Amino acid sequence: MAYSTKAREWYQGELVNLRGQGLFKEERFIHAPQGADIEVEFPAGNPVKKVINLCANNYLGLSSHPDVVAAAHAGLDHRGYGMSSVRFICGTQDIHRELERKLTDLLGTEDTLLFPSCMDANAGVFEAVLSEQDVMIADRLVHASIVDGMRLCKAMQDTFKHSDMGHLEEKLAEHQDKRFRMVITDGVFSMDGDIARLDEIVRLAETYDAMVFLDDSHASGFIGKTGRGTQEHCGVLGRIDVITTTLGKALGGASGGCVSGRRELVEMCRQRARPYLFSNTVAPVIVSGALKVLDLISMTTERRDKLEANAKYWRKLLTDAGFDVKAGESPIVPVMLYNAKLAQDVARDLFTEGIYVVGFFFPVVPKGQARIRTQLSAAHEKHHLDTAIRAFVKVGAKHGILGLSKSQIIEKFGM
Amino acid sequence: MDELKKVILDYVAKEYLEEGDDRQIGEDTPLITGGIVDSFSMVSLKRFLERRYSIQIPDAEATPQAFDTVTSIAELVKKFTKT
Repeated sequence: MAYSTKAREWYQGELVNLRGQGLFKEERFIHAPQGADIEVEFPAGNPVKKVINLCANNYLGLSSHPDVVAAAHAGLDHRGYGMSSVRFICGTQDIHRELERKLTDLLGTEDTLLFPSCMDANAGVFEAVLSEQDVMIADRLVHASIVDGMRLCKAMQDTFKHSDMGHLEEKLAEHQDKRFRMVITDGVFSMDGDIARLDEIVRLAETYDAMVFLDDSHASGFIGKTGRGTQEHCGVLGRIDVITTTLGKALGGASGGCVSGRRELVEMCRQRARPYLFSNTVAPVIVSGALKVLDLISMTTERRDKLEANAKYWRKLLTDAGFDVKAGESPIVPVMLYNAKLAQDVARDLFTEGIYVVGFFFPVVPKGQARIRTQLSAAHEKHHLDTAIRAFVKVGAKHGILGLSKSQIIEKFGM
Repeated sequence: MDELKKVILDYVAKEYLEEGDDRQIGEDTPLITGGIVDSFSMVSLKRFLERRYSIQIPDAEATPQAFDTVTSIAELVKKFTKT
């Protein structure tokens, strides 16, 4: 047998190490559709427990919306279950192009190409449009999928300190000898929930002749007055050269992503991006559901308005209760605990109290920056948040963290 | 501390520490395993050294281990500096 005892023991040792370092991830089995109230089996084998979900990317509450589910059913009936093909052989239906046109309208770009996921879009886009003569200059807190995509590209890599425009300007000046420069940023940063200074990035990019790349996965559909994303929020609609985003969060939450932007860059992705060329088309049922999502959000801003109000209310509840909350205006509200074990203990105790949240710590966030990341949804009602804050206060009091500043938490628990 | 280490240390502090970050970095402070520099951002340090000292550090030698402390980075620079 090729899988030797030596190999098995080595992998077993690695897994033991991960457990020892507190980095071992375990899935929780959810026995319900995604929503504000879910039923969770955790640990595996335990009775199912009803909890309030405060950690989904279900920002607009559309993951299980009846109209979206009905549209997906209809899509299944009219366009089938699978396409058994990549896009360019026989995997493109009329509805794929229709969805791409509607995404183009939403994002304010020239064209759009669907990918199996935004992870795939980010993995493929840089290699498709840049080469050795070019440079990519990324914010240091961009999503891991962008880091992977940059590593697959032959262009020079550089980074600037998170949202530090002075540092970005230095880098842009330093790389004037390159053919093309591309500034790369997330719209809303997934771990901190802060919003990129996209207006300043665009201004610098125009001054230093650089393209701008934006991953708006945690913004599309709800950031900006009409939910068109960070480019709307920052007043730079139509001035972003490449936008990647996902259908797996606010826009229905199923799967799929896209590259949207300048017509030629999108076409280069259609010709060259390997995850597009060598991976199956997005299933018709998902395309049909996503089309309905875009219809729903184009009719009214009610859901994104409710999400905004929920986020504001939740931030105030946490702050008034004495938690150390990272400032921001997105529906990502991180409760800072700094110590990894404390973050895990608090998450576990909150689950016991009926609140589903997850602790994040190194290497997902920098060392000494452990936290509970809470995420709001338009599916949350006031009673969900009022129940959740009672649980947070109870658990916070148990651990003696209410009213403590950063330095006091670190002094008490270490980093 | 010799001049080479001081140049590296100054660059690391300027390039990688955020404003308000009061961590003290010495010549043997773990940079990558200590979470100060991530391997993704390490590229700018390599390029800085190559330009400043007119050297070429092969990618195979520019490992996270070799870039983990100011001391080990200085060793690497010396190895590729023509004498």
